[in-house]
Amino acid sequence: MSIATVFEIVLAAVVLGLAIWTIAVPETYSATVGFVAYGLLVALIWVRLDAVDVALTEAAIGGGLGGVLLLGAAARLRNADPTAVETPCKLVRLCAAALSSLIAAALVAAILLLPDPAPTLAPAAVAKAWATGLANPVTNVLMAFRAMDTMLEKVVLLLAIVGVWSLASDPAWGGRPGPRHEADPHGVLAFLARLLPSVGIVVGIYIFWTGADHPGGAFQGGAILASMWLLVVMAGLTDTPPVSSRRLRFILVAGPGLFLVVGIGGLCLGPAFLAYPLALAKPLILGIEVAMILTIAATLGLLLAGAPERSEQR
Amino acid sequence: MLLHPTALEAATTTGGFLLVLSIVVPVSGVLLAFVLGDRYVRLVAFAVVPLGLAIAAATLAILPQSDGPLVYLLGAWPPPLGVALRGDGLSAVMLATTALVISAIAVFATTDFCPAAAETRAPFAFWVLLLAIWGALNTIFIGGDLFTLYVALELLTFAAVPLVSLDGRAETLRAALRYLIFALLGSVLYLLGTALLYGLYGTLDIVLLSRRVSAEAAALVAAALMTTGLLAKTALFPLHLWLPPAHAGAPAAASAILSGLVVKGSFFIIIRLWFNVMPALPGFAATQLLATMGTAAIVFGSVVALWQERLKLLIAYSTLAQIGYLFLMFPLAFDASGRLESDEALAGGLLQAVSHATAKAAMFMAVGSIYVALGHDRITELRGIARARPMSLLAFALGGIALMGVPPSGASLAKDLLLQAAEESGQWWWAVVLQAGGMFTAAYVVLVLAHALAGSDVSIAVTGPASRNQDLAALALALCSLLLGLVPWDPYLPVPFGTAPKVFGIESLSKLLLPVLGGAVLAILLSPWPHPLASSTTWKALASAARPLRRAGIEFGRLVERSDDVLRQWPMAGISLLVVALLLAALMLAAN
Repeated sequence: MSIATVFEIVLAAVVLGLAIWTIAVPETYSATVGFVAYGLLVALIWVRLDAVDVALTEAAIGGGLGGVLLLGAAARLRNADPTAVETPCKLVRLCAAALSSLIAAALVAAILLLPDPAPTLAPAAVAKAWATGLANPVTNVLMAFRAMDTMLEKVVLLLAIVGVWSLASDPAWGGRPGPRHEADPHGVLAFLARLLPSVGIVVGIYIFWTGADHPGGAFQGGAILASMWLLVVMAGLTDTPPVSSRRLRFILVAGPGLFLVVGIGGLCLGPAFLAYPLALAKPLILGIEVAMILTIAATLGLLLAGAPERSEQR
Repeated sequence: MLLHPTALEAATTTGGFLLVLSIVVPVSGVLLAFVLGDRYVRLVAFAVVPLGLAIAAATLAILPQSDGPLVYLLGAWPPPLGVALRGDGLSAVMLATTALVISAIAVFATTDFCPAAAETRAPFAFWVLLLAIWGALNTIFIGGDLFTLYVALELLTFAAVPLVSLDGRAETLRAALRYLIFALLGSVLYLLGTALLYGLYGTLDIVLLSRRVSAEAAALVAAALMTTGLLAKTALFPLHLWLPPAHAGAPAAASAILSGLVVKGSFFIIIRLWFNVMPALPGFAATQLLATMGTAAIVFGSVVALWQERLKLLIAYSTLAQIGYLFLMFPLAFDASGRLESDEALAGGLLQAVSHATAKAAMFMAVGSIYVALGHDRITELRGIARARPMSLLAFALGGIALMGVPPSGASLAKDLLLQAAEESGQWWWAVVLQAGGMFTAAYVVLVLAHALAGSDVSIAVTGPASRNQDLAALALALCSLLLGLVPWDPYLPVPFGTAPKVFGIESLSKLLLPVLGGAVLAILLSPWPHPLASSTTWKALASAARPLRRAGIEFGRLVERSDDVLRQWPMAGISLLVVALLLAALMLAAN
């Protein structure tokens, strides 16, 4: 047995154990911590499976931003009335456990029955890379072959923002999301918030830029930029923008908007909707990605910031 | 005109760009409305509405002239690498229905969600979400790829959930959260199945998949998971815990969207999955299970509807029953060769969906007007509303009559088609359910009308004048549903020639009387509320004769209502979800 195999077995065991622990542990806070750790370990599994793009996304969303969101929710729930939560009786829980295990068994069987080697479109995606001039096949799939899905996913993000904002109270509409954070201007948080972004912004942009030819891309880069921005907000060095801000709204639709404009350009002037002319493919895709990284960073940050709470100070 | 696995459409067809436009126009509207905000949100929506109507009409016009479905290859990349949009007869009909209902809702909502000079929360969210739902549904109707359909489902869910809690009350927030969690559970199951299918066949394109798919265990597990996820999003009994509070708590215009259109999205994907992707796989038993759940939905939805105090909840439970009705087509479409055929059963099911979309949206709008007039929607206190708000009540009544399956409504044509299919396939038991379903629908409509039309000597106090726009929008949709049976469907749906209903004649009279009378009897027997005619002497004589029956009926109703209460608790709903998934998988495995 090679070291790699031992490592994989240990990793799988720890992930499974952590998953069960996350479900079983009664305290919300512990479960959240378990879930964050779980997300980071799952990212490791993706690395072992050579899916580095997925690993980056899982670490950024499942471990990073998702973790912050869940910790915030757990902190709020700590003040809630614990008696309001009723646990179902033992019989129901046993029933649910048995049925879930059956479903899990069916899934395991289905996955074991999958053909090996798996039928895949990966070679086709690699072979068609000439159409865009980008070497990362994942970016090609996202931006060219399945561009429609990517564009619509960005609209989903926008709708999530609308959903979160619509939780505001009527008087607070148009105001700034989340509480105003106050931190000691000479404390550790403020220090980190001054230090880290200079590195984080470079890393975020690098991950985005390298996504053209290597693992990475707008989503992973955007997530890093969003976390840097949140750090600065939490340290009280800056405030969230009011949701009525026209500039903010423009940034939030920039990604899908530019995507649509380029797509319609292809419909009117080129061969098809979302088709790029060969000579302009790379600059167009990079342009869309620049707009997207801004949109993604702003969207993820605002999703975490929450609904508008404070009326705008003009 | 329906998607067929033998015809390879590897190129964009003439008119294919209409498919792109039907997605791009509403989505552009979402982005524009979001950026402009303020008082422009409604303006953007009203610019998109005529465009969307024109696109849907053009699609309807161009499809019969095309050899097969309209096809558009996005980015000019052919599947499996690229994504194709395909518009067949089903798509065209649903696109048109959605355009029609959205337009009517936009007219209805003009006053309720009037944006002020300074931007306010509810109008901003409403108009953006209305356009988003339009774009999402259009994507679902023409998406040719299972993952594109997943993205469209997400779009639909994220647009629909905030609509539930637009008024911001704690109770509606709870309903929205319930809806969100259950709908996301459904999404995960659908995505899981999609991933399995890709692992098996290396494509998610619907046409390519339909050629490659075979009765392997993993494919069946995938189908069961995806179907279960979609059923949860469609709220087929017993996966309906989120529907009553969400549909009854939302503002009237939002309820009309949610009940009329949103549940049809996931339903349409089930049709694509079962009829287009894997028509030979589900097998007889699984189709019977779907229709059995549908039957249970009809019984539970209708009986609990009769027990509701509030009109909006009654209509929400009616939606539950009508969703059940939609699933009766699955066993009836099952033919001797062991495949689901695109025949009159499919046409009947889809027509039922169209009829319900128009009628239910009209009914929710009418109830919205009634609620505004009275300040409440308690059924037993509706007396006199016929005089105060005649147009609203007329829209409600016409919508209800259309749903009962009275000729020439779309529901009546749908029922004829389904009954014909039941006769041809020898499944008489579904014919019984179809007839009973019409009576149950009649029961709660008659109950409401009896209370609303009961003579009253005191005039009731209503607030404000009736809004003519709102009444006209509701009335137009209700009339639409009532006249759908007269539309020439054969260019789009496999409706056999000669099924167009005769409006006048003995036959149509019996079709009118049978459900109404049956419904009246059911309403009297099952409804626990004091009857509006209780004071008349003939009624007393009748009542004393039927007392034991009525007592049994009420006991039955109480039992049904109690079990519905239990089934709508989280633990039971979760267990139901798991059981449905397992049962579907087991039945499909057993059939192959």
